[in-house]
Amino acid sequence: MSDTRTMNMIQAINSAIDVCMGRDPDIIVTGEDVGYFGGVFKATEGLQRKYGKTRVFDTPITECGIIGVAVGMAAYGLRPVPEIQFADYIYPALDQIVSEAARLRYRSAGEFTAPITVRSPFGGGIFGGQTHSQSPEGIFTHVAGLKTVIPSTPYDAKGLLISAIEDNDPVIFFEPKRIYNGPFDGHYDRPVTPWAKHPASAVPEGHYRIPLGKASVVRAGEAVTILAYGTMVHVAAGVIADTGVDAELIDLRTLVPLDIETIVASVEKTGRCIVVHEATKTSGFGAELSALVQEHCFHSLEAPVQRVTGWDTPYPHSLEWAYFPGPVRLGEAIKRVMEE
Amino acid sequence: MIANRERPGEPVRHVASKEELLEFYRQMLLIRRFEEKAGQLYGLGLIGGFCHLYIGQEAVAVGIQSALEVGKDSVITGYRDHGHMLAYGIDPKLIMAELTGRVAGISRGKGGSMHMFSVEHGFYGGHGIVGAQVSLGTGLAFAHKYKGDGGINVAYFGDGAANQGQVSESMNMAELWKLPIIFVIENNQYAMGTSVNRSSSEDQLFRRGESFRVPGIQVDGMDVLAVRGATNTAVEWVRAGKGPVLLELKTYRYRGHSMSDPAKYRSRDEVQAVREKSDPIEAAKRELDALGVGEDELKALDKEIRKIVAEAADFAEESPEPELSDLHTDVLVGQY
Repeated sequence: MSDTRTMNMIQAINSAIDVCMGRDPDIIVTGEDVGYFGGVFKATEGLQRKYGKTRVFDTPITECGIIGVAVGMAAYGLRPVPEIQFADYIYPALDQIVSEAARLRYRSAGEFTAPITVRSPFGGGIFGGQTHSQSPEGIFTHVAGLKTVIPSTPYDAKGLLISAIEDNDPVIFFEPKRIYNGPFDGHYDRPVTPWAKHPASAVPEGHYRIPLGKASVVRAGEAVTILAYGTMVHVAAGVIADTGVDAELIDLRTLVPLDIETIVASVEKTGRCIVVHEATKTSGFGAELSALVQEHCFHSLEAPVQRVTGWDTPYPHSLEWAYFPGPVRLGEAIKRVMEE
Repeated sequence: MIANRERPGEPVRHVASKEELLEFYRQMLLIRRFEEKAGQLYGLGLIGGFCHLYIGQEAVAVGIQSALEVGKDSVITGYRDHGHMLAYGIDPKLIMAELTGRVAGISRGKGGSMHMFSVEHGFYGGHGIVGAQVSLGTGLAFAHKYKGDGGINVAYFGDGAANQGQVSESMNMAELWKLPIIFVIENNQYAMGTSVNRSSSEDQLFRRGESFRVPGIQVDGMDVLAVRGATNTAVEWVRAGKGPVLLELKTYRYRGHSMSDPAKYRSRDEVQAVREKSDPIEAAKRELDALGVGEDELKALDKEIRKIVAEAADFAEESPEPELSDLHTDVLVGQY
């Protein structure tokens, strides 16, 4: 086991890419400003100096091209890790992700694959307005042939990213940018807590994996199951601590493949379930979770599954905190589900 | 083959009267002072999130807008939009209040710095997705032509956006359909931290349209009269129904890409050299001096502008936040 170091999520992501690049010369990092500049959030800082310009390089601003070229590289045996600077910029690349990356294996009957890892900061909480705040994960979980991963701590971010990069299929790796520098409990008026105070900031320097498709039980409990991922894991943890409810908090970590066993075992125990995400509600990933819980746990349920999500609106500018599904809304949902 | 084609004439630097140049100077100074104040308000936490200042690029918006007809022509740009709106005569108070996210803001606090609009002024935004506005501008140009209203569209974008696929797609369509549009590349040399020659195989961006037969003209974007002169040429060509023109304005932003960018990818000397040798406002000041405009008059003007900007800041600070119910309005025509 290698030494551990205190890392924030950016440093953990940087370390994951570094470790992978050191082990596998086929790993290539591309994207807007990822090389010389080191990435808009500094996630790729120092990698170009260390691995050179043929392995870590800036692309023009052309998201469709970034992903298309990465798929071509991957089909010929490389392992590109392209960055889309903000998840809100990913839509021009949707064609390449959906029609090429996700489908290459199937239509070539396994002869060609696209093992790319698309990294992209996502989510709100930084006053980015409608083009720098979105949570589009539900668009990608809907596409067969893709895996979708969302970490919530530095430790998980590194282990999951290494698994994603080493995975033989395309992975969408969404990084909750609000918690790059510290966990966020949804109380935006309180000072930011740095990761250093959180146990999951102790990150091994070397190689380790967290398997895709394995959720983490953040807190065991008997009263209600809360399913969350990314930033919302910390919001939920804060509400549990504040209200004292004996909730079981599950961090999904990967949405596809989904750890349905852990979810079912928990809901069968608690009989109640709340699904939390920042994305808009209608056709969000919460709808899928809610349906699965109903299908698998119908006879154990004491109350309807609740969804606590962003509203069905574009991401607002000034009303950010009214949109964000924060502690108040989650607290109300817990009350509702417990009263049933 | 290119020689056989009709092309717009060589632009001639605009000859401005004293009053006209003074007005250009006033607008450029307003933009600069406004942006300096926006930077301060950002530092105070009154403006949150993203804020991209236009300082250094003032001659582009002012020179081009001066050649357009407000109420007839339309304009669309990217996220560095405050200066364009000021040059279009939009009330600084409404712009500043949008930056602070207040209900009195021009987009009622829903858009913020990058997403502002004014139908009244034919200003179609304010777009946060790099390059996406260029296709929209092409559609606006189509609508001008379809309606036969005599208007043209000016679609601004940066050197970074010039590499987006849809920009090329738009130029092809615009020429194919002879649309009344001026594509304007504001080449400030850096797409955030990536310089033009590290992202563009052809770094002479005015040539970008040539393979689609869109004539390109390179312009000194730090000289408001050169900008105006080139715009005259482009407007004449476009209004005559001869199709699009591409203008590449060579300019420079003094500040970081946004408020959160310390701009370590270029040297202080580089920035300082541009400020000293090519500042558009200082250049206009020298010309005004030659035209007999005294220091006192310019000082009075600066004072007046500072007052306008201070009032805009006060307004933006004192206006109320939007109501919570505003979160759910304007999603679709009705409620759902």
